[in-house]
Parts: sequence; structure tokens; C-alpha cells
Amino acid sequence: MTAYHRPTRLEDALAIRAGADVAVLAGGTDIFPARTARAAWGDPTHKDVLDISALPGLREISETDEGWRIGCLVTWSTLIGAALPPLFDGLKAAAREVGGRQVQNRATLVGNMVTASPAGDGIPILLALDASVEIISRRGARRVAVAEFLTGYRTTALAADELVLALHVPRLHGGQGGFRKLGARHYLVISIAMTAGVIATDSAGRITSARIALGACSAVAQRLPALEAALIGVARAQATQVVQPHHLQSISPIDDIRASAAYRRDAALVLLRDLLEARA
Amino acid sequence: MIDIAFTLNGTPCTVAAPPFAPLSDTLRERLGLTGTKEGCNAGDCGACTVLVDGAQACACLIPSAQAQGAEVQTVEATQGEVGAVLARLRAAFLAHGAAQCGICSPGMLMAATDLLLRNAAPDRAAVRDALGGVLCRCTGYAKVLDAVLDAAPQAAPAPEAGKAVGAGIARLDGVAKLDGTDRFGADEAPADALWLRVVRSPHASARFTLGDLEAARREWRLDAILTADDVPGLNAFGIMPALKDQPVLSDGLVRFRGEAVLGLVGTREAVMAVRDSALPITWHPLPALHGTAEASAAEAPQLHAHAPGNLLIEGKLNRGTPARDIANAEGRFTTAFVEHAYIEPEAGYAQPAPDGLGMEVFACTQAPYMDREETARVLGVAEELVRIRPSACGGGFGGKLDVSVQPLLAVAASKLNRPIRIVYSRAESMASTTKRHPASITARMSADAEGRFTSYEFDADFNTGAYASWGATVANRVPVHAGGPYRIPNLRNRARAIYTNDTPAGAFRGFGVPQAAIATESLVDDLAEQLGLDRWEIRRRNAIGRGDTTHSGQVLHASAGLPECLDALKPEWEAMLARVAAHNATSPRERLGAGIACMWYGCGNTSMSNPSRMKLTLSRDGTLTLFNGAVDIGQGSTTVMAQICADALGLPLQNFRFVLGDTSRTYDAGKTSASRQTFVSGRAAMETGLALRRRILALANAGEDAVLALEGTQLRVGAARVIDLATLDADLEAEGRYDPPTTALDENGQGTPYATYGFAAQIALVSVDTALGVTRVKRIVAAQDVGRAVNPTLVLGQIHGGIAQGLGLALMEEFIPGRTENLHDYLIPTAGDVPEIAVHLIEDPEPEGPYGAKGVGEPALVPTAPAILSAIRHATGVTMRQVPVLPHRLWEQMR
Ligand SMILES: Cc1cc2nc3c(=O)[nH]c(=O)nc-3n(C[C@@H](O)[C@@H](O)[C@H](O)COP(=O)(O)OP(=O)(O)OC[C@H]3O[C@@H](n4cnc5c(N)ncnc54)[C@H](O)[C@@H]3O)c2cc1C
Ligand code: FES
Ligand code: FES
Repeated sequence: MTAYHRPTRLEDALAIRAGADVAVLAGGTDIFPARTARAAWGDPTHKDVLDISALPGLREISETDEGWRIGCLVTWSTLIGAALPPLFDGLKAAAREVGGRQVQNRATLVGNMVTASPAGDGIPILLALDASVEIISRRGARRVAVAEFLTGYRTTALAADELVLALHVPRLHGGQGGFRKLGARHYLVISIAMTAGVIATDSAGRITSARIALGACSAVAQRLPALEAALIGVARAQATQVVQPHHLQSISPIDDIRASAAYRRDAALVLLRDLLEARA
Repeated sequence: MIDIAFTLNGTPCTVAAPPFAPLSDTLRERLGLTGTKEGCNAGDCGACTVLVDGAQACACLIPSAQAQGAEVQTVEATQGEVGAVLARLRAAFLAHGAAQCGICSPGMLMAATDLLLRNAAPDRAAVRDALGGVLCRCTGYAKVLDAVLDAAPQAAPAPEAGKAVGAGIARLDGVAKLDGTDRFGADEAPADALWLRVVRSPHASARFTLGDLEAARREWRLDAILTADDVPGLNAFGIMPALKDQPVLSDGLVRFRGEAVLGLVGTREAVMAVRDSALPITWHPLPALHGTAEASAAEAPQLHAHAPGNLLIEGKLNRGTPARDIANAEGRFTTAFVEHAYIEPEAGYAQPAPDGLGMEVFACTQAPYMDREETARVLGVAEELVRIRPSACGGGFGGKLDVSVQPLLAVAASKLNRPIRIVYSRAESMASTTKRHPASITARMSADAEGRFTSYEFDADFNTGAYASWGATVANRVPVHAGGPYRIPNLRNRARAIYTNDTPAGAFRGFGVPQAAIATESLVDDLAEQLGLDRWEIRRRNAIGRGDTTHSGQVLHASAGLPECLDALKPEWEAMLARVAAHNATSPRERLGAGIACMWYGCGNTSMSNPSRMKLTLSRDGTLTLFNGAVDIGQGSTTVMAQICADALGLPLQNFRFVLGDTSRTYDAGKTSASRQTFVSGRAAMETGLALRRRILALANAGEDAVLALEGTQLRVGAARVIDLATLDADLEAEGRYDPPTTALDENGQGTPYATYGFAAQIALVSVDTALGVTRVKRIVAAQDVGRAVNPTLVLGQIHGGIAQGLGLALMEEFIPGRTENLHDYLIPTAGDVPEIAVHLIEDPEPEGPYGAKGVGEPALVPTAPAILSAIRHATGVTMRQVPVLPHRLWEQMR
């Protein structure tokens, strides 16, 4: 029998996490489908569950000295409805394209990141936002950049006794976020590829900061440093022309049921240009 | 197990449930609220949508523990604001025909409620966004969106006597579909039922041996583990009368991934706890044949003793002598396995009759009488001992014509002598039940200088999978239809059904004709291009019509409205072409394209007797009852039969009561397939009504046009005569039967395979993002000759739904065994994918049909995919010969 814990105090949650190998459950929108898929082919077993949804104080987005703190129980719907600057427009756009409303209402951004799927729509934009992860365990707290947190295909730097408590997004003066997703149908679709970016410009309309990431084109979504460097100093209106195939050298798209590798590579370029086409 | 306290539909409630069980399961199995449906248990279908703290959520993704302290509202809600919004939505859904099978309706209603509570006057885009997470496979969403947007729904007034046919009345079985009380396969079972879970082969081809099952049974605390040895009768089933090739439980050789191997029987907890890998099954995997090319290769192993070369059957049609002409087109086309993706996975229960002899099966089905025959054979008992009670059917589209759960349940129930219940998981449903046949087609077509078609040749291999199912029907139907609804003097058509180690392919809306139309309509476009003719024009010149002879040598004496369909589309076709030209002149990346396609479709079984029979009684207490064996799988036959019968009898619909599709109470009205119910059973319903009317008139000695009226037991006949039914010696009873006149096809496929045909044409407007290869269908205009629209609302529903499925076939649906066994990897259209649809109903009456009606169910799907392909070609210059046109496939062709 699967044991099920739903503590109401963080200390208790950390104690459970430290004491046993449990699956952390927030919105459950990744946990339940995975369980259904295994059970369908005769594996009904499941790890014990640590349901963190009753922990207090983790559903808020708050402003801090350095920027914003997004609690680990913040859902896509909360993000969509939150009053946030244009820096977050990409994150909101991603949120609107995750699943349908039912999923947006329950699923968390942090859960999306911890699942670390190459197709996780929240991940490229977190990379572009330069977000960092607040991690806690009985051993103490630590902060890790999202890029370091994601270590590979569905793997993370999270230790078995740790929980993600929140995400931190630093301020970027004049920063504007964007997101583009490509899928084979309108709603409820797993991305074939997606791009996200955050750009800041000076008063002359030149790009002063560019952070661009690409998802579903490698085992882990990645930033595109060569493209970012090439964008610096370029007039915002000219940004799309900067994108070149060699900026995508680091990606390694695969052939799967949704698309071919060659297509993904080409589509990535198109999506990047579309992303940069967008208003400042 | 924990106690969970929450507010359910406004009332405090506490339930003991496992904390990790999905909330949907707790609602259904522990609280008895089966209005919340489960179609996937993975968040993909939205059938389980409820409101949690006022926001829509998938109950299948919520651990029951998280309901603690929450406010949960379900479709059963009647109180407060939610209750009020729901009541209005129900009325609108009913008036608009927004529920067909109804399995998605609770989810749709809750998602719409969530929206309307936040935004009382949403626009269409907002409704689409709100409903985007709920899949519907029947309606094409159009009527659902209309219903949500209709703030003040008006029910159509009840038609008076004699005026029912032609009235777009609300479906008679609609209320239960909208308040959560309709009983689908998983919604009902005796309290003492044990559960059955089927262990299925993970291999496409393998032998297996079984070890100590008794030890396993004890270890897992099961009541029984069933094997092939437990099948009391013949361990075989199948559609073809002389070929029962599929075992209920495999006897040691499996031929596809998903084949049933063992049946685990016990409490639900016990059967669900078993790990398949811990069971004593030793697998010896064998090489598997995937696809028809592998299976028909010379060195391919033979999968069935009766099928050398793995050839199940070959169908042919030969007429004249095909030859090249001025214009010649040729192509190779491939289509994929397509999954029916009805939102209701197979479910039901069986229970031994109290007499110890009989067996009753309650399950979702399209063919109760065939289920009875199959179940009786497997049990080794007489057919009369088996009673099939169809549950509400949450979508079928051909996929519930074959038995699935029925023989398994019956075997288990007879072995354990107690009620047994089963609910397939989505993956199990997708892996183990039939699909649309993938086809590889080579076709050629020629035309003379005036664009008249002169020759056509068609050669197709259909992958029928591991077992025959409806493979023979496809192979017989396709050659008759392949050339399309055009006058063509010379044809050579061949269709082969080939066994492979893939999932069995069976019946799916159109029986192979949609695949053939993809090839043929593409060639028609080729010919038009070669000859410099407009694509509408070339079709109009060749369109088959009244007085013409079909490819099988049948003269169409009546009801052949394709020319009228095309004429109806002409103005919009011109407008579409103009719109495309104007747009594309300034838009190099986002290209528009217009496309067109036609179809014909024979109603009823191919060259086979397929009678329907019905009964109508007027009892001495004044109740008027139609005993209607036709199963309504959402298309609306219950309503249509009633409308027809009411007008034939001459009493208003409100006087009728119904006994529906129950093999122990109704006569056989055949299968709900082949677009035959309105035409064949409808005619039987008409004959039934007429027969009772004749009896009444004779009794009253009244003239033929006497007006009837029924009040209590007083039956008024004409102005002068009143019969007091209570004084009669016996109830009045009448029967009607109809079997469409057909003849056998000779060795060249010549004869009269169908009594009538449906005809249709569609035009499609698409936009293609040429940089990404993404196609969006923007508009479809359909014109369909339906003979007579008995219920225009229901007819439109069929056409919308067919178009949505055709769109899926064209652009996104591809079942790959082992890879797309769920509804997030297997994509069907959502509310955001179906375009605006306009429909012209053409009514060229069919003299054989009831009040001129003929079938509409399948035809609507057939032209959609080819029209979309035609439009993609117009937009991009690229001819796609493989479906689905996934973005990367189109992109590759454009390079
Ligand atoms: C129908 C459907 C459609 C979807 N569509 C999309 C889509 O379009 N795009 C997309 O990107 N995703 C999509 N998803 C997946 C998306 O819903 C999830 O990735 C979601 O965001 C995960 O959040 P959750 O709270 O539900 O996570 P859960 O399922 O509760 O958990 C996910 C993982 O994160 C871990 N976890 C969660 N919170 C913590 C924490 N605080 N500390 C440590 N570990 C934690 C869990 O242990 C688990 O491994 C879809 C899902 C469904 C069911
Ligand atoms: S059953 Fe919950 S979404 Fe399908
Ligand atoms: S009515 Fe929507 S699935 Fe049948």
C-alpha cells in the first residue's frame, strides 16, 4: 500500500522527506498521468507520497529586494492572474498555453520544472528569466540557478531529502519577456519546440540584455549564448535578422512521433525569429 | 483509507476513501455520483471536469486527500449559483443538440459553468478557451459553443401530430445526458460484483507458457485467474460468419500487443494490486510483422492457418477496359491507423440469470444482437439464454461494433457464478480494440480533353491487423466506392485486407472509403490541373446523378443529389478562391488555400440482407410503446425512429413511450453502422407505425385520412369515432420490417450492392504557415444529400462531428501501437481546431427510405480530409499523399 502524507507544517514535510523515499506531490498533474500509464501495463506500484499542497504560505508571488519570489504552490492560473511587469509576459504566455484551464488551475510552475521534461513549457522562460531555485531540507537551505538545477533528461540536482520552496526571479530594468510554442493542435498539446526570451533595451531602442532559450530541441532546454551575444547592441527592430543557423550549434533535436530532428532545427529558427519579431 | 470532509454540491459531506485515489473515483465509486465521467485518468479528455473551490479541474488528477475542506461541485449540482447556471446551460445544450452521446457533456457543462460564473457574456473565443480542455468526439464542438453562448435558450415547440418528421426537436434521450443520470457502461453494476482485470500481451508477437497460477491466485488474494481453458464454449469471436479468428483469451500464441492473456477476478483492490511482471507468464517473443509490406513479403511467416500469404480477403470491381487518355494522373498514398477515441472506454458487467442458465450483459455497444451471438458461442449456450442490455454508449463510430468486454465478462461471470464488472483503462481500450485500417494505395485516373473521366485503376492494401474483424467489409465496400461519385466507364479496382501483427483494424465511420477518397480526389485535382480546369468544374462535369450508372452497374433511379450539392457550393467556392487570391498576393508566409472534394456512400451492408424489425403496442390502459432495437450511440436514432413512427401512425410524439435496444424485449434492428439506422430501421419504424394505423382504422372502420388523437384510454379516430381502449379484448400491436433490396456482386463486382447512396461535397479553406508547416482549417462548407432531414438538428450534428473526425484524419491522428496509447500522444481535434462550418442540406428524396430519408452518419467524414488536402495543395503547391499531414511532413515536402 502506498503511504500518503499531507503535512501542514514544513518541518513535518522535511522530516518525512528525510526519513523515506517519497514522491513529492503538488498539483499532481504529472504524477497522476504517469501513474495511470504504468498501471495500464500492469505496474500499479507507487512510491509513498508526500503531498505538499497543505503547507502554508507557498501559494504567493511576492516582491523581494532582488525581484520576485514565486512560491512552489503557485499555479499557472495564479501566474496568469497576477499583476506582474512585462518581464513576466513570456511566463504568462507559457502559462496560457499549458494544457487546458483545468490543468492551469492545479498545476504548479515548480512541478513543471522539477519534472524536467524537455517539453516542459515553463523551463525555457525560467532560464531566460535567470531564475534561481530555493531549496530546503533538514540540512539547510540553498539556492541554485535553474540552469544548474536541471541536470539532464528528466533529472535535477534535487537531493532525495530536499524540497523546492520557491523560485526567485531577479529584476531587469525594462525587461520584456516573450514565448512561442509550436504544437500540432490548438489546446492540450505537447510542444514540438518552444522558445522564450527576455530582452531589455536602452532609451535608443538598442538591446542591452538578451536572454534567449529553446526547449524540446535537446535533452534539457538551453540558453543560446551565441545568439544572445550577437543581439547585444542591435536595434530592437532589427533583432529578427540576427538569428542564424550557427546560433543553434549546441542543440541536438531528436526524431520522435511529433516531429523529425531536421524539422525541429529549422522550426527553432523560425520560432526564434518570431519571438524576436514581437513588440519590444 | 482516511476520512475526507468537504462540501459537495453545497452540502457538507464526509467520505472514507484512499487519500491517493483520484477524486473522480471517490465521487463515482464511493459517493455514487457517476455524473462525473472518466475517459482517460490522465487529464487529457476533461470528461471528469468538476469545480473545486469554484475553478474547473480534472477530478482524475486530484488526490482525494486534497478535497479536504474544499468546495466541490459536480454536474449533479442543483443549488445556488452553480445550480442556476447549470440549469440554463442544460436547456441550451438540449435546444442546440450540443450533447450527442453525452459522455463529454458533464465535463463540458462544468467547464462552461466555470466560465459563465466569471464572465456572464463571453465571446466565442473565450468559450473556446474555457472548453479547450474538454474533448468531444461527436459534435465537432460547434453546437456546444452555440449552446454556451445562448443566454436565453428556447426549446423548439413540440410538433403536432403528423408534423414530427422534419422538425429539429431536441433529442428525446437528452435530459439524462445533461443531468448526469444517463447510465454508461461504467456507471452501473450490482453491489456484489467482483472486478475483472485483463492481463494483456506487451509483445506484438510471442508465445507464452503459464506457471503455477493457483499459487499466484492465492498470493494476490484473487478469486480466480482465468485462462483460455476457462472458456466454456468456443474460445473465438469475430465479425465474419465463417471466420471466428480471435480468441477471448489467448491459448499460447499472441498476435498483437494488447491481446488478452489472463483474466484476474477479485475485489477491485485485489485485481488492481497485481503486478503483471510478478505473474507466472514466461514470454518467448517472436519476430513481428508490422505493416502490410512486411506481412505480404514472400518470406513472411504465416499468421493464421487459413490465410496463406497473410491475405484475409480481396475485393474487386472490373468494368470496361481502363486505358490512358489525354490527361493521366497517378499516385501512391498512405494513411495511418486511426483510433475511434470515443471518450467512453469500454465498460460493463455481466451477471448470471437467477435461473442459473442464462447470462445478462450490460455494456456499451453498437450491435447488441451480434454481441448476443458472440457471447452465446463463447459460453457454449443457446443465444436465447443471453440477454444484452446496452448501456448508454459514450461514442462508437464503428469501434463498438465488435465485442470487447462482453465475452470476457460472460466467461468470468459464468465461471464464478456471480456478477462481474470491468472498466477498460484508456490505454487498454486503445491497445486492444479496433482501429481504422491503414491503407497503402496506388491509383491511376484518366480523362479526355473535355475533362470527362474515362478510366480509373485502384489497388490498395489495407492493414487489418492481427484479426479479421471487419476487414472483409472494408475489402468489399472499397472497390465499389473507390472511383468516387463520378461517371467512369472503365475501372479496375482491387482492395486486399492483409493480416499483420498490428492492432486489429475494424469498422470506423466509412469502412475504408475515406482512405480511398483521399487518393481519388487527389487524382481528380491532378487531372484538373493538367487540363487547366477549375477543380469544382471538373467535378461538376463528371458528377454522377439521377439516371446514371454506377461503377457496379447499378442505375441510380432516384435520390442522387451530388450535382445539386456542387451547385449549392458554387458561390462559396468562387468567393473562397477570390479570398485566397487576394490574401496570398500580399502574404508570402501565411498562405491560404481552398480545396474541394466529393463523396458517395452506400447505405446499409454491402450486398447483404440487413433487415430491421420493430414493434408498436397500444395497450388497453392507453400507453403507446415503440419497441425499438436500434442502439442510439449519440447520433440520435431513438429520436429519429420516434419522429418517423409518430408521423406514420398519426399521433404526436408526446404520446409515445419507448423500450430500447434490449435483446430480450425488442426485435433485432441490426447494427448501428453503415449509415443504415435512419434508412433501414427508420423504414421499419415507418412500416410499424403504418401497420398500427391500418389496424386502428380498420377497427374504427374509418377512412385513410382520419385524424387520430389519444387521451387516456380514449382513442379518437376522425371526427366521429372514439375507441375506448379499455374495452378491447387485447392490446393493439403491430410490427414492421424492412430489408433494403440489394443483389449479390458477381466476380467483377457488378450488381446492386446498396439500395441507396448518400452524396456530399465539401469545400475547405485552410491557412498554412509555410515556415513551420502548420495547417489551420479556417472554414468548411458542406453540402450533403440526405434524402430528407428527419431531424435537421441531429443531421447537422452528424455532419459537424464527421467533419471534425475528417479533420483529425487529415492533420493529426496517427495511432502507433505502443507509442500513442493515450490521448496526449494520440491527438484528436479540440474546440480550438474545428473551424466554422456551414452546411447546405440537399433533400433529394429516396423512395425506399422513410419519408425520403437515407443515411447521414458516415458520409460527412469522407470528403473532409481530401478537401483539406486539396486546400493545402492550393496554398502551398505541394501534394500531400500521406496523412496525417503533421507539420514536419508538410515542411519536408515543401523543401
Ligand atoms: C492534460 C495535461 C496537459 C498538460 N499540458 C502541458 C503543456 O502544455 N505544457 C507543459 O509544460 N506541461 C503540460 N502538462 C504538465 C504540467 O501540468 C506539469 O508539468 C505541471 O506543471 C506540474 O506541476 P504539478 O504541480 O501538477 O506537479 P506534480 O505532478 O505534483 O509534480 C511534478 C513533479 O515535480 C515534483 N515536485 C513538485 N513540486 C515539488 C516541490 N515543491 N519540491 C520538489 N519536488 C516537487 C514532483 O515530485 C514530481 O516529480 C500537462 C499535464 C496534463 C495532465
Ligand atoms: S478522465 Fe480526467 S481528464 Fe480524462
Ligand atoms: S457528445 Fe461529446 S463525446 Fe459524445
